[in-house]
Amino acid sequence: MPFEIEDGGSRLRLHGRWTVAEAAALGPGLDALPAPDARALVLDAAGIEALDLTGAWLLRAAEARLLAAGTRVSWLPARPGQLDFIDRAMADDRTPPPSDDEPLSVVSGTLHGIGRVTVLAREGALDALGFVGIVTLGFGRAVSSLKRLRLPSIARHVYETGLTAVPIVSLIAFLIAVIVAYIGAQQLRQFGGEIFVVDLVTVSVLRELGVLLTAIIVAGRSGSAFAAEIGAMKLNEEVDALRAMGMDPVEVLVLPRILGLVIALPALTVLADAMGLAGGALLSWYLVDIPLNQYVERVQGAIADTTFWVGIIKAPVFAVLIATVGTLRGMQVRTSSRELGRLTTVAVVQSIFLVILADAVFAVIFMELDI
Amino acid sequence: MGAVIEVRGIVNRFGSQVVHDGLDLEVRAGEVFSIVGGSGSGKSVLLRTMLGLQRPAGGTVRIEGHEVTHQPEQALRAVKRRYGVMFQRGALFSSLTVAQNVELPIREHFPVTPELAGELALLRVRMVGLAADAASKYPAELSGGMTKRVALARALALDPAILFLDEPTSGLDPISAAAFDALVLELQRSLGLTVVMITHDLDTIFRVSNRVGVIVDGRMITGTVGEIVDSGHPWIREYFHGERSRALRGKAGADG
Repeated sequence: MPFEIEDGGSRLRLHGRWTVAEAAALGPGLDALPAPDARALVLDAAGIEALDLTGAWLLRAAEARLLAAGTRVSWLPARPGQLDFIDRAMADDRTPPPSDDEPLSVVSGTLHGIGRVTVLAREGALDALGFVGIVTLGFGRAVSSLKRLRLPSIARHVYETGLTAVPIVSLIAFLIAVIVAYIGAQQLRQFGGEIFVVDLVTVSVLRELGVLLTAIIVAGRSGSAFAAEIGAMKLNEEVDALRAMGMDPVEVLVLPRILGLVIALPALTVLADAMGLAGGALLSWYLVDIPLNQYVERVQGAIADTTFWVGIIKAPVFAVLIATVGTLRGMQVRTSSRELGRLTTVAVVQSIFLVILADAVFAVIFMELDI
Repeated sequence: MGAVIEVRGIVNRFGSQVVHDGLDLEVRAGEVFSIVGGSGSGKSVLLRTMLGLQRPAGGTVRIEGHEVTHQPEQALRAVKRRYGVMFQRGALFSSLTVAQNVELPIREHFPVTPELAGELALLRVRMVGLAADAASKYPAELSGGMTKRVALARALALDPAILFLDEPTSGLDPISAAAFDALVLELQRSLGLTVVMITHDLDTIFRVSNRVGVIVDGRMITGTVGEIVDSGHPWIREYFHGERSRALRGKAGADG
């Protein structure tokens, strides 16, 4: 420790370095300082090699403790200037008011939590509903004039959400069809019905898998991108700038994204369907020796007129869901980069959830309609 | 007094555009050095080079004798403890409170207890003239002037010997800017800091600088405020004797 008690407890000789680097040892050392026997204590600072604000803070705290204990404190050769500086800085110090969040008991804490979540859920639902309303109104205004529709912006989003997603969507659709065909062939072989692999792949890809997988991939790629882009613009006050220039952020930022995705997602779904059927064809040939011409024939037999449309009609709906959730969450970013990350995550999770929920609703509707 | 920062022959270029062409600079211990230059003259690039955030195409920077331009990040940690930086727009971490922003470098670099880190952060907050209750606020809740002060508090967290300020008074009203200048001067004198600042504020230059360095044509012309003002270089003449500064100096002349 860089201090010693001398002269029978009436003198504290300080030496060595008193800086933030040594603070971890200095603090507890000073705390453990025994109460001085004498009524007066001389603090000898002459030997201090280095004193920064942290060291001064610790010395000042020790000095305050001594004074509070009724000891008269004097400095040799003089009280270091750093301590006086801290005195000035901390003058008329008001300690921060104690926070009024007292810890709640288990019961009232739980109730408090439920109440908070309920209120927040209500606010969130109203927020989302309001956003849908604003977007609908904006869409109504925009369709009246081509300029307001912002075609170049829509084209950019078709490119970014659609064209750049082509490789990953193709690959995943192909692989999923291969997996379905593989497992299907294994199971159907037990009944001697290997030929039905073709039906299985065709119907599941066209009706469900093609569009659902595409929507989930796009939700992960573009839903997050929408939320992050718009959120960063909010943090950077770009959205306020748009508003101040008399431009409607919904019209400039939200609608082109929604419309772009409404064009891109069905196109990607057609591609996914095609790649899925290609995967089915490869596996049918490889596993059950069905040549390509027979496969095509079988596909045509397996599908009804509506099978393809039942799948593709869901794509624009999914697109609206993904784009709306992504842009809404982006617009909700207000203050911090942490919020940006949280809302981007929320955007992806919610849009995937809504896509699957909507798919279930479609399934029920189509069953009732007997398609 | 020796040179705390020694910049020798710095060359920075982006593509074919040469920003610095053999720039020299010496900052002496305990002085306030202002860096002035037109937009695009490379003030910020120079600052980033001095901080070791950008590797120059040529030349060296020494901070307290340590070469910083060609060192691995790990070797610079000790040097980086010796200076604090206040960025132009604060660069406060938006997900942390004011107190946490100030505590962060202390706790990162030194093994202090959370209580002591909290106390030291509060001291920094008080030092820059903010009330203690500002400590629990988030950066989004602060006004422009408060953001600058918190950024200064964080720059002072590690008891630095050198303080870099990037446009400390930009975006402040003249009264707040004057108060901020006074604060910087008081801290500089009390703590014995060496201050390097980039500024466009003529008031600030006249109020707090000991010496001024002007970046012209990729090099630096340094001198005391008086020497620079009387320099014959056309850009410097325009800068200090243009309409805006004449109005300022005219007013000062009328006052005294």
